[in-house]
Amino acid sequence: MASDPSSVLVRFAGVAKTYDGTTFAVRDLDLDVRHGEFLTLLGPSGSGKTTTLMMLAGFEAPSTGDILLDGRSIRATPAHRRNFGMVFQSYALFPHLSVGDNVAYPLNVRGVSGQERRDRVARALAMVRLEGYQTRRPSQLSGGQQQRVALARALVFEPTLVLMDEPLGALDKQLREHMQIELKALHRQLGITFVYVTHDQGEALTLSDRVAVFQDGALQQVAPVDRLYEAPANRFVAGFVGDATFLEGRLVSRHSGAVELELPGGWRLRGVDGDLGDAPPGTDVVAVVRPERIAFTSEPAGENALSATVEDVIYFGDHLRARCAIDGQAVATVKVPLGPRPPVGGAVSLHLPAEHLRIYR
Amino acid sequence: MAGSEADAARALARDRRARVLQALGLTAPLLVFLAFTFLIPIGALLMRAVENPEVARALPATVAVLDSWDTVSAPPDGAYRAFADDLLAMAEPADAGGLARRLNSELPGARSLVMGAFRQRESFATLDAPAAKAAFLALDERWQQPELWRVIARNGSRWTPDYLLASVDRRRDATGDVVAVPEEQAVFVRILLRTLGIGATVTLVCLVLAYPLAWWLSTLPVRKANRLLILVLVPFWTSVLVRVAAWIVLLQSEGLVNRALAGLGWIDRPLELLFNRTGVIIAMVHILLPFMILPLYSVMKGIPRDYQRAAVSLGSHPLGAFVRVFVPQTLPGVTAGVLLVFILAIGYYVTPALLGGPADQMLSSSVAQYANVELNWGMACALGAVLLTATLVLYGVYRRFATGEGLTA
Ligand SMILES: Nc1ncnc2c1ncn2[C@@H]1O[C@H](COP(=O)(O)OP(=O)(O)OP(=O)(O)O)[C@@H](O)[C@H]1O
Ligand SMILES: [Mg+2]
Repeated sequence: MASDPSSVLVRFAGVAKTYDGTTFAVRDLDLDVRHGEFLTLLGPSGSGKTTTLMMLAGFEAPSTGDILLDGRSIRATPAHRRNFGMVFQSYALFPHLSVGDNVAYPLNVRGVSGQERRDRVARALAMVRLEGYQTRRPSQLSGGQQQRVALARALVFEPTLVLMDEPLGALDKQLREHMQIELKALHRQLGITFVYVTHDQGEALTLSDRVAVFQDGALQQVAPVDRLYEAPANRFVAGFVGDATFLEGRLVSRHSGAVELELPGGWRLRGVDGDLGDAPPGTDVVAVVRPERIAFTSEPAGENALSATVEDVIYFGDHLRARCAIDGQAVATVKVPLGPRPPVGGAVSLHLPAEHLRIYR
Repeated sequence: MAGSEADAARALARDRRARVLQALGLTAPLLVFLAFTFLIPIGALLMRAVENPEVARALPATVAVLDSWDTVSAPPDGAYRAFADDLLAMAEPADAGGLARRLNSELPGARSLVMGAFRQRESFATLDAPAAKAAFLALDERWQQPELWRVIARNGSRWTPDYLLASVDRRRDATGDVVAVPEEQAVFVRILLRTLGIGATVTLVCLVLAYPLAWWLSTLPVRKANRLLILVLVPFWTSVLVRVAAWIVLLQSEGLVNRALAGLGWIDRPLELLFNRTGVIIAMVHILLPFMILPLYSVMKGIPRDYQRAAVSLGSHPLGAFVRVFVPQTLPGVTAGVLLVFILAIGYYVTPALLGGPADQMLSSSVAQYANVELNWGMACALGAVLLTATLVLYGVYRRFATGEGLTA
């Protein structure tokens, strides 16, 4: 097996899935999972993430298209022969078995027994820092501990791939953040490929090497986390991943990637082409900019500047956020370093650097 | 500080008292209802099974005299005198009737002896002991048989283990030792075993039929499953008698089942499906099936699909996952359903009576026989107590199962 980190482990080729024959839960999916990476499927509820994962796990069959593992189709491989570890949001620890027996389960079905089984169970539990919990029942563990048992059980048989469907969804925020760090460390330590499903964009950014964003069953963008944040492929991704200010306008002109648009108030802004394709001048477009890219400026008439009114200033601990009203637009959010607060109700000028203003249809 | 702690403790105690009172108030009507419809009748049943009031109440003097009798030699003359006194002391013929029936149940022929003496009681009034004996013997020679007096002596106390012993084919011999009744009289143990056997068969058939059905229902969307569950409950909508009549129509030798099988060419002669064990079991399974399906369904419904998927993802064949992960989690439902069906089944009366042959009658039919025909409440209650005991033993086993497994996830 090739272990070149950029080589493809799993390939979805033209996969679509419909449950009822009319609506598609997943459509036209082409997606590669690379060896050893942490890939997250991100999207709002009902966007097809779980369906994608279940097709990979073998619990749902693609309606069309194929899934390849190391170049070979696994359509005909039943779920129990795929050798993928799986972690569920509900943990799915078997309530009638002890923690040790739960972790030993995949070893039992593989005919591993005796000392080797004991050693591997102990090692897997040590890996998730649960030594000494072997004889407990799952119901006697906290949610975080149960999740770690589920993780140990999914890893103990050295699977080709680990699949996780919102595994941290049932934990409270603090524990979730703690588990995110552990998961990431575990991934780095083991080098196994992880495919992770979440609807929490923050979690996706924290954990992943790459993120695949879904909406309505369609893959919107696959990219490393920084690209996803800095260069969203379309309006949906820009809005779903991270905070952003959206300004509605009309396309004026385009010259080799540099785009000009006009806002209803008559302001002209320059920006970068997001996904305009061959949209003609006059098309309705939207300009998107991250809060930390907007700056207050003292030159109201300067390039890419807008006047606004400070509506509210919110304290975030390490920074402030000013919510600024712009005529005819949604409220813009501006990240401001700690220091003197902009006066609420005061008029300000905002500078939106052209290289960080992305224009989408 | 200490003061506020004491205050808090007082407030807590007050609060707790109020809650206990509230709980009592809310449950009192039901408790009263249960006491009158359940606990008191069951207590009375158990009392009746060991109560033996007839002889002690009707013959206090006779019993006192017989106390010093060795039960082997000829009964003392004083006993005849005392018997005459007891007869004279009776207020109405019904008292003698009760006594006569009671003695007759142990010693056939005793009824006519007692009633004959009762009618002549005025003539005994002034006789001394030997004369009284002579008068009784003149009335009927059988008055001298020691067995009669032994029966009286044995039943002289208000309480007796005899009914309970009889209900398990045991009796006390002349010296008071517990022995088995003669082979040809032993019936109840056989009937009890038959009852448990029929109950076990019906339970097993119900389980085998209900388990896959309940599993299939639990995989359906709730709305659809609810619609189908209504069909499961259809047997409850018709009376037992109607259903039994329907089974007779279906199962008789010229009935639908036999004609269909013959029409398919699978059988040459009609199968004997009626008035034997097969008919009883078919009809009982039909009636009791919902009691198995419902607990199984409700337990299975609560088991998330994820468990089996997890087991499969860990490498189990789907069948293996079903057996090793799903089935163990349904055990509480299995035990509940088994217990329910078995306990209901061993109490069945109407169905075996109408669809079974003489060799298919269950313990309840013996109870009915004693209660309705022979008016022997002691025997009826003792057999009822045997059924009750079987039920309680089963429940004890169930409790062990349910708590020992600790399925509390
Ligand atoms: N077993 C099923 N039968 C019919 N429709 C289904 C089934 N599972 C999912 N769907 C539909 O397919 C679409 C995608 O569902 P999926 O569970 O993949 O979404 P998801 O992205 O995982 O959402 P969530 O974040 O809520 O888990 C939804 O419209 C859903 O209603
Ligand atoms: Mg999902």
